[in-house]
Amino acid sequence: MEWEVVIGLEVHAQLSTQSKIFSGAPTAYGAAPNTQACAVDIALPGVLPVMNKGATERAIKFGLAVGAKINRTSVFARKNYFYPDLPKGYQISQYELPIVEGGTLTIQVGDQEKTIRITRAHLEEDAGKSLHEDFHGMTGIDLNRASTPLLEIVSEPDMRGSAEAVAYAKTLHSLVQYLEICDGNMQEGSFRCDANVSVRPMGTDKLGTRCEIKNLNSFRFLERAVEYEVARQIEIIEAGGKIAQETRLYDSDKDETRSMRSKEEAFDYRYFPDPDLLPMKISEAMIEEIQRTLPELPQAKHARFMREFGLSSYDASVLTASRDMAAYFELVVSQTGAAQAKAAANWVMGDLAGALKRDGLEITHSPVSPGQLAGLVRRIADNTISGKIAKEVFEALWAGEGDADAIIEAKGLKQITDTGAIEKIIDGIIAANPDQLAQYRSGKDKLFSFFIGQAMKATQGKANPQQLNDLLKKKLAG
Amino acid sequence: MIPYWAYLVNVIQVKSMSLTEADVKRIAHLARIEIEDKEVAPVLGQLSNILGLVEQMQAINTDGIAPMAHAQDVSLRLREDRVTESDQHELFQSVAPQVEAGLYLVPKVME
Repeated sequence: MEWEVVIGLEVHAQLSTQSKIFSGAPTAYGAAPNTQACAVDIALPGVLPVMNKGATERAIKFGLAVGAKINRTSVFARKNYFYPDLPKGYQISQYELPIVEGGTLTIQVGDQEKTIRITRAHLEEDAGKSLHEDFHGMTGIDLNRASTPLLEIVSEPDMRGSAEAVAYAKTLHSLVQYLEICDGNMQEGSFRCDANVSVRPMGTDKLGTRCEIKNLNSFRFLERAVEYEVARQIEIIEAGGKIAQETRLYDSDKDETRSMRSKEEAFDYRYFPDPDLLPMKISEAMIEEIQRTLPELPQAKHARFMREFGLSSYDASVLTASRDMAAYFELVVSQTGAAQAKAAANWVMGDLAGALKRDGLEITHSPVSPGQLAGLVRRIADNTISGKIAKEVFEALWAGEGDADAIIEAKGLKQITDTGAIEKIIDGIIAANPDQLAQYRSGKDKLFSFFIGQAMKATQGKANPQQLNDLLKKKLAG
Repeated sequence: MIPYWAYLVNVIQVKSMSLTEADVKRIAHLARIEIEDKEVAPVLGQLSNILGLVEQMQAINTDGIAPMAHAQDVSLRLREDRVTESDQHELFQSVAPQVEAGLYLVPKVME
């Protein structure tokens, strides 16, 4: 039987506020244990939560960016469960009335576009961390992360395979960074995915029993976990079994998912509105103000790059995947002119991106500035250097040897475009290789590249390739 | 939206509003409250009284009245996003039963 895969994602994006969602303690990552957990975060008796405006604003910004409804009144609720890294015995979240409802995100899978519906996005606090290393048979609790603001973004079950799930997660990851509401750092857990996965016979509408997979902190793990889980479910069903609805954990070392919570212990979170927090009212003025701060969104930028610079959809999507890369590219093009946009795009996506990856650098810390790269692109465009020599110049730029012009001058890399000079070199080569010339003229066309090689060697690669090609052909023909 | 008291009914998860001793034990377990067997019957009586009150309220016609999520009809105050707390973990940990390497120690939990 053919199976259809159905996936919905829940993404927890840590909001980039300075302070916690319900307290004035700092949110910085990596501090010594419990040094950033104040009386509210560790739930000492008598403390009260006070809502952080910065978290509310970021949630609204997200809602506006995905075309969602911003609820003018939303309500905080208590989600009750017991775990040592949750000191209050409940997590403050939103249940019946989340701040953001609806909205869509358009993803690109191959050359297909697809719209994924967003169910809701709600504000909530993070829990602390349990450290299960051996503390004399006890568990260590670090509450620094407790009460860090999260936006939980829930999608509809609109994805039909791991590729779509990954595309959605990546698009969302890029969007929250564009909006500057989340730093997107997956290693530090700022952007975490849970996947709801089920399968059903192709062509049917009824959803199959789903399993929720937790602990997906990279796009690769998301892909692997979904694929493993789909295969597991199909195998069970085809063997006549039934899928049990449960929470499963992805183990990246073993590349498998395993059951995390047993069925008998059905979760009952007993949600109810938190009496410590009043309903949150959002004014029109606040929404309008946030609307004004919305940057150009990835999709709009993608369309503009294609229109303004004549780039392919693929090039535009690579360049707009990160806001920093798009900004870098635009700075280069502002100095080369739109006519060189494709060349600039190739350099940014090719040699620059490659060198950044090699040296583990972010584009914002590139040793080659946009102005310097533009200088290089201009010298290729005006035939001062060939594309091949340009790679050498780029390496020198990367090494900090000055601007393109200075490097070309200092290393004597200027392209030879003087027809007379090139002809003289060709004459010399032909005279020195009479055998090859005879063979070529008797029909051995392959020897053309031999002559090109000799000429390039003689000019240290500086002869203009097109001119050399044309002149050599003429001379060899006799 | 469901009015606040209705959540209490949700918590107890009974629709008919008649509780059994098994319900009392289940609620006690969810809330991690220890109830001795001899206490179950009196607690059942107390909880049933509360539900009786809820039942009386449910009989009131509230058509056209907007539900409230809070007893006070005021809205949430938002605080500016600023760090106002300093590190006081030594003070907090001075009353904790067990601490090591800056961590609170608790009986081993396994997933």
